[in-house]
Amino acid sequence: MADNTTVPVLPVLIAKDFASDQEPKWCPGCGDHAVLQQIKNVLPELGIAPENIVFVSGIGCSSRLPYYLATYGVHGIHGRALPMATGLKVSRPELSVWVGTGDGDALSIGGNHFIHTLRRNPDLNVVLFNNEIYGLTKGQYSPTSKIGLKTVTSPSGVIDQPFNTAALTLGSGGSFFARAFDRDGKFLRSILKRAALHKGTSLVEIYQNCPIFNGGAFEAFASADNKANNTVYLEQSKPLIFARGKRGIWLDGFQPIVVDLDKEGISSSDLWIHDETDINKASILAHFADDHADSEESLPRPFGVFYARERITYEDALTAQISDAQKNGIGTFEELLKGDQSYEIKKA
Amino acid sequence: MTDTTKSTRQVNVTSKTSVSVLFAGDSGDGMQLTGTQFANTVATHGTELNTFPNFPAEIRAPAGTIAGVSGFQLQFSSKPVYTPGARFDVMVAMNSAALKANLKDLHRGGIIIAGTEGFDEKNLKLAGYPPGVNPLEDGSLSNYILFPVPILQLTREALKESGLSSKEIDRCKNMFVLGLLYWLYTLPLEGTFETLRAKFQKNVHMAEANIRAVKAGYFFGDETELFANLGRFDIAPQKQHGLYRRVTGNEACAIALTAAAKKAGLKLFLGSYPITPATEILSTLAKKKKYGVKTYQAEDEIAGIVSSIGAAYGGALAATNTSGPGLALKTEALGLAVILELPLVVINVQRGGPSTGLPTKPEQSDLFMAMYGRHGEAPLPVIAASSPVDCFYCTYEAARIAVEHMTPVICLTDGYLALSSEPWKVENPDNLAPITPRFHLPRKPEDPPFLPYTRDDRQVRSWAIPGTRGLEHRIGGLEKQNETGNVSHDPENHELMTKLRAQKINHIADTLPLQAIDNGPEKGDLLVLGWGSSYGAIKTAVEQAIEKGHSVAHAHLRYIHPFPKNLGEILGNYKKILIPELNNGQLIHIIRDKFLIAPEGFTKIQGVPFNEMEILIKITDIIKELQ
Repeated sequence: MADNTTVPVLPVLIAKDFASDQEPKWCPGCGDHAVLQQIKNVLPELGIAPENIVFVSGIGCSSRLPYYLATYGVHGIHGRALPMATGLKVSRPELSVWVGTGDGDALSIGGNHFIHTLRRNPDLNVVLFNNEIYGLTKGQYSPTSKIGLKTVTSPSGVIDQPFNTAALTLGSGGSFFARAFDRDGKFLRSILKRAALHKGTSLVEIYQNCPIFNGGAFEAFASADNKANNTVYLEQSKPLIFARGKRGIWLDGFQPIVVDLDKEGISSSDLWIHDETDINKASILAHFADDHADSEESLPRPFGVFYARERITYEDALTAQISDAQKNGIGTFEELLKGDQSYEIKKA
Repeated sequence: MTDTTKSTRQVNVTSKTSVSVLFAGDSGDGMQLTGTQFANTVATHGTELNTFPNFPAEIRAPAGTIAGVSGFQLQFSSKPVYTPGARFDVMVAMNSAALKANLKDLHRGGIIIAGTEGFDEKNLKLAGYPPGVNPLEDGSLSNYILFPVPILQLTREALKESGLSSKEIDRCKNMFVLGLLYWLYTLPLEGTFETLRAKFQKNVHMAEANIRAVKAGYFFGDETELFANLGRFDIAPQKQHGLYRRVTGNEACAIALTAAAKKAGLKLFLGSYPITPATEILSTLAKKKKYGVKTYQAEDEIAGIVSSIGAAYGGALAATNTSGPGLALKTEALGLAVILELPLVVINVQRGGPSTGLPTKPEQSDLFMAMYGRHGEAPLPVIAASSPVDCFYCTYEAARIAVEHMTPVICLTDGYLALSSEPWKVENPDNLAPITPRFHLPRKPEDPPFLPYTRDDRQVRSWAIPGTRGLEHRIGGLEKQNETGNVSHDPENHELMTKLRAQKINHIADTLPLQAIDNGPEKGDLLVLGWGSSYGAIKTAVEQAIEKGHSVAHAHLRYIHPFPKNLGEILGNYKKILIPELNNGQLIHIIRDKFLIAPEGFTKIQGVPFNEMEILIKITDIIKELQ
């Protein structure tokens, strides 16, 4: 191991200290620029020296992320960022390990790794850039593309049911799920920080606009009016209120219902109070996205931390087993080679 | 120790140099356990030995059928043995299927000890004998020395007062067989008693019943007239004194990885996915937490290798183990390890292919895949183990090359080596080659910028791991600019980097030992050039050919890529080169390609190892042609 015994006093770092010398090669107007900026904003707030931070990625536009950050970085192969990050984290638990991935990388070719990483819960910060399209290969539909979307490989419209990232995360045993939006920088920054502080796999899905191949995919949540009417921002212990305070979500049993706060005599204390430690409520929130109807009664798209509940991380559980195995001392080299079934052949 | 081996009557004891024994029965008959225990006794007694288990792919194939036959073969000897024996001298057949499946490999005049209960009407039918035919009774075994023994009945009698259930009693019948074989080969019983007492620590009745069954078998040999004419045998222990352990190839690989990490001062990380016949490397290492070993059972083969690459990036001694289908899945990630230039040990335990092929059977058919099975120009070192014990040295060497040359290395073993065992003189840690990782030191702000792809005179880059101040850098699978490691699509740079990566691997040959002649003259008529697990069969065959006065030598390759520097010269010293392989001819292609010579191939693709007789016959034929 390298000699790091003398730790100097950390200089105060700012966002630009985390910019590498490489110019981002994303298209102008791509949401990835905004996400990169917020990551650079958050990193100095964490108080972690750049040499102890590693960004791991797979393949796709968003997976270029590590090249633009002045930390350690590995750009791996398509779909495999999560196992690469897990192997690194398990062998070096003291590092801050981040994963940059996309909807194709994480949910299609890397889908198997996605679900298994979430159930194992290594302490990774996973930033999933969801643009509902394959950008780097020039515009084929992805596993989050909406039904009906016409692309070069779906000229008659997509017929595959898209993945619900939130439901998939929770169903896989994920300990943290949050949704953010590339346009809402301040909010994105706060979510990234929450994710970084969560011990365990934190999954942040970012709705990220691809202006070239899927422009406007998130327009329903973008303009000021659309944002007000079609989104609800989750805050711990606060009621679910949206539409500039006019509407809220009332939970009738397991059924979320949009209510009009002015008209129906319902006060904010009657509304669904957000509890990010409640897996059942988080699951209901996850399925808000299934509601594609476009009416006054349709459910808004939730943004924020759906679910955050820490449980033991994979690397801590493994470290504990190793400590236990070593409680009477670390095995010696001689012991290793001798084994426990050796036998002596004596001189004849 | 000698008390129990004292005969109550005078029975002739004949000295023999070596014996090959097969324990065969239904997969529920406990033959693996019997064979293993017999091997332990023989080993601790100080005789040389080599074992080979042979069991069905299914956990519980239909009882009594040929598909369900499980065998354990071993050869023990007063002189070094390198194979479990081309044929066996003694066969224990617990049922008729076991006899039918294995009779062709029993020497003419060999001994059959048949459990008569396994030859009842039902078992004979299951084994596929025609109605009314019983090989124990119809004289068809007259070329062998047949001992029908009512093993089950005798076990039941011996244990009728043991307090065990009848099912439990029946399960002790393998211990009866074990006792009988101990008597036949004048072997001590105490070691087995100790093992049984330790195994059934919490069930004294069970331990005592098993011990009683061993004794019953032993005294059956001693007291009945059945074996009076045959007598007993003695294989004098000749093993050099010292401390030994018995290892299988898979165990040896696991120990070697742990040892290499210790020697290098690194933490071991194994990312793996279960696959026959490689899984014991994972399961053995999972039990080595005391040594700080981290094993990670990934969700698939790809995650197995990729997690290891992540660990290697972090500065661990990283390894992954697999078998053919798994190696196929890992090929893209192997290319990543090649371009990242990170150390990684890949142990591939070869089995019959393609596809699922013959999962439990050995083959040497992944050599091409190991050599060439990646897209792009992606050379990496390939080495191959030649015996269960050599699996230790070869895996250790793979780790040394990987760490010191910053490259993935493929270490080839196979299903035969993986499961076979032999005694290993316990190695002294000081005798193992040093392994020196070259970690890049932290960089001060005033130092020149860190360039991850600068190289030393062997073209090796340094290992710059996260946590090291001042070395923050970005690398990936995209082609990188020389020295800086930044993404580069420059045409000339790509050619340069491709050549630098190849040169790095070629340079390894400068540090490797020269190829030695294992046996035979340095110049002569015929060189038998082998690789991998065929070592024992070739060695034995060449020894016999030399005894016959033929001008034959044996060289066995450990380093297949790059080859030892003197290999070409050696090949030029013989009139003919013979290359036996358990495939359709792979090393022969590589040798032809590299040296532009025309060796003769000898292939076998039956899912079973070569035996020495086959190779000896081939050698003899070639020698005849040459004269």
